[in-house]
Amino acid sequence: MTLLSVCEWLGTTRGSIALHESLHVFLIVLGIHVLTLCVFVGTAVLIDLRLLGLALRRAPASEVVARLLPWTGAGFLIMIVSGALLFYADPVSRYQNIFFRLKMAALVLAVANAALFHRTVFRRVAEWDVDAVPPRPARIAAAVSLVLWAALITLGRMIPYQKYWFEGG
Amino acid sequence: MSVFELFHSLQYSPLLVAMRASPWIFAVIASVHLMGLAVVGGAVLALDLRLLGLGLTRQPASYVARETERWLLAGLVVMVLTGLLQFMCFAATKYYYLTSFWVKIAVLPLALLFTFTVRRRVALADAARVRPLWNRVVAIASLGLWLTVGIAGRLIGLP
Repeated sequence: MTLLSVCEWLGTTRGSIALHESLHVFLIVLGIHVLTLCVFVGTAVLIDLRLLGLALRRAPASEVVARLLPWTGAGFLIMIVSGALLFYADPVSRYQNIFFRLKMAALVLAVANAALFHRTVFRRVAEWDVDAVPPRPARIAAAVSLVLWAALITLGRMIPYQKYWFEGG
Repeated sequence: MSVFELFHSLQYSPLLVAMRASPWIFAVIASVHLMGLAVVGGAVLALDLRLLGLGLTRQPASYVARETERWLLAGLVVMVLTGLLQFMCFAATKYYYLTSFWVKIAVLPLALLFTFTVRRRVALADAARVRPLWNRVVAIASLGLWLTVGIAGRLIGLP
């Protein structure tokens, strides 16, 4: 069984067809997916700026993470659920979309980067918590995170252009 | 010159005609607009949450306000520039006819005005002199205004 055949089967399920053919529900889910960007990437950006020493330097790094990360997590959950529904509405064309595939690859990298940061340099946060500018590994993790979220936004926005660019409209 | 004539002259100005000839430039501008949205959203949310007694509660609201203000401004500059370009691309054939566009044009100045007058003053004020209820009212008004701008913006982009 290939991924493609799973997507083909998924596209024939009742919910997928209903979502695909709905006039408003699909667009509402899309709207939620786009606007939740503010909560999810917005709070992630603030944490990254603190880790780069570019904002909230007077607040301990651990405090900024502890107070904002729950909001990032809540935003992430909404992103994943609404994103999964957008995928479910048209599984085969998403699967075959180059921007969607690249976006998923960037997502894996972004999550891996965050996990690596929390398991390494953030474990020793007590040593640099009140430093205005955190140590280099923390700054690198934050910069990588910013680049990857920007890539994710761009790749997501490009998904509808595959037809336009590669399949002659 | 009527508003429609103005929009028409913008959309068919040589620069915009050249821009539209490129198949990818609109998509890039739209992506940068969304990156601006993330920064603006984060900056607005951090202070509004603080005013609601959530998020960075161990820092004074005035500190959160000062620290987020320049990022808010930077994000807004990016959004306005990329937003203007997107508007100019289809000013006369699309935007002119969209209620959501005119709602955004009406509410965005209100949101900006509120943010940089009332909300700024309340956030920077001595915490002991502002009643907590007032903080909450300001935060909810701010979230409401910006959410209206955001939803109107999203509606403009619908097929």
